[in-house]
Amino acid sequence: MSEAVTALNGARYEGIATIAEAPLGGMVTLRGDLSGADLGAAVQEAAGVAVPGRRGVVAEGPRTALWMAPDELLLLMPYAEAPETAAGINAALAGRFALAVDVSDARARFHVSGPRAREVLAKLSPVDFAAGVFAPGEVRRTRAAQAAAAVWMSGEEEFSLICFRSVARYVFDLLSMAAAPGGEVGAFD
Amino acid sequence: MLLLTCPNCGVTAEESEFHQGGEAHLRRAGPGSPDDAFEGYLFTRRNPHGVHFERWRHVFGCGKWFHAARCTATLEVFGTYPAQTTEPPADIVAAIRAKRPDWEGFR
Repeated sequence: MSEAVTALNGARYEGIATIAEAPLGGMVTLRGDLSGADLGAAVQEAAGVAVPGRRGVVAEGPRTALWMAPDELLLLMPYAEAPETAAGINAALAGRFALAVDVSDARARFHVSGPRAREVLAKLSPVDFAAGVFAPGEVRRTRAAQAAAAVWMSGEEEFSLICFRSVARYVFDLLSMAAAPGGEVGAFD
Repeated sequence: MLLLTCPNCGVTAEESEFHQGGEAHLRRAGPGSPDDAFEGYLFTRRNPHGVHFERWRHVFGCGKWFHAARCTATLEVFGTYPAQTTEPPADIVAAIRAKRPDWEGFR
């Protein structure tokens, strides 16, 4: 078994906000009829979280469910649990029009934290990140410059951003440049 | 710059988060149809100066298709609605009529 590593080996940048690549995490993408009771039960049983509502985030300790599309969820869990979570959901939904796949190694996740985290993200995405508009409990799929990304608040002043692993370096460089010292805009002060 | 609301995920975002997919409500000329009907289905498109119906995809968001009614002259958006329709729904038609009383109607 090869040793699993993150895309950028835990890259970190300190500027007007802190950009840090998250440690290895498990990710399972699930597509199916999200309104079905059997799917909700399967997710609760295998992943330990409830199915979120439209654009919602449900977090239970290290486990998080993100609403990605009307028929798609992204489930986060400790890295080692991802294969069995996907297998558990597939077994529970056998014969249904649903599929869970372990995509842990296909994505990269960054934490953007600090008082100016909103500003850094607002430079890159066509999204209103003002406090009171973008709040915990909502996930927003959008673009970070030219790359697709999903952003949600994973803490008081901490945002999480998930992108494809193939564009991890691009997104990290983008975030770092947007967080360079002297780049304060003050849009949300 | 257009501001569109995706009816699938409810997000209102600017045009750069979407991708345009051409004219909406095309009806396919199937097997057995005359050649000119099939050619029309493939190539003939409206190019109105005014009210227009288009397909859009929320490409950087939920990835789903939807339809939008807008004015090509003013970029005004009358509304967006699900792609699983064969003609504009009544509320969209009413919204267009309210703002464009002389609109000739859909088809």
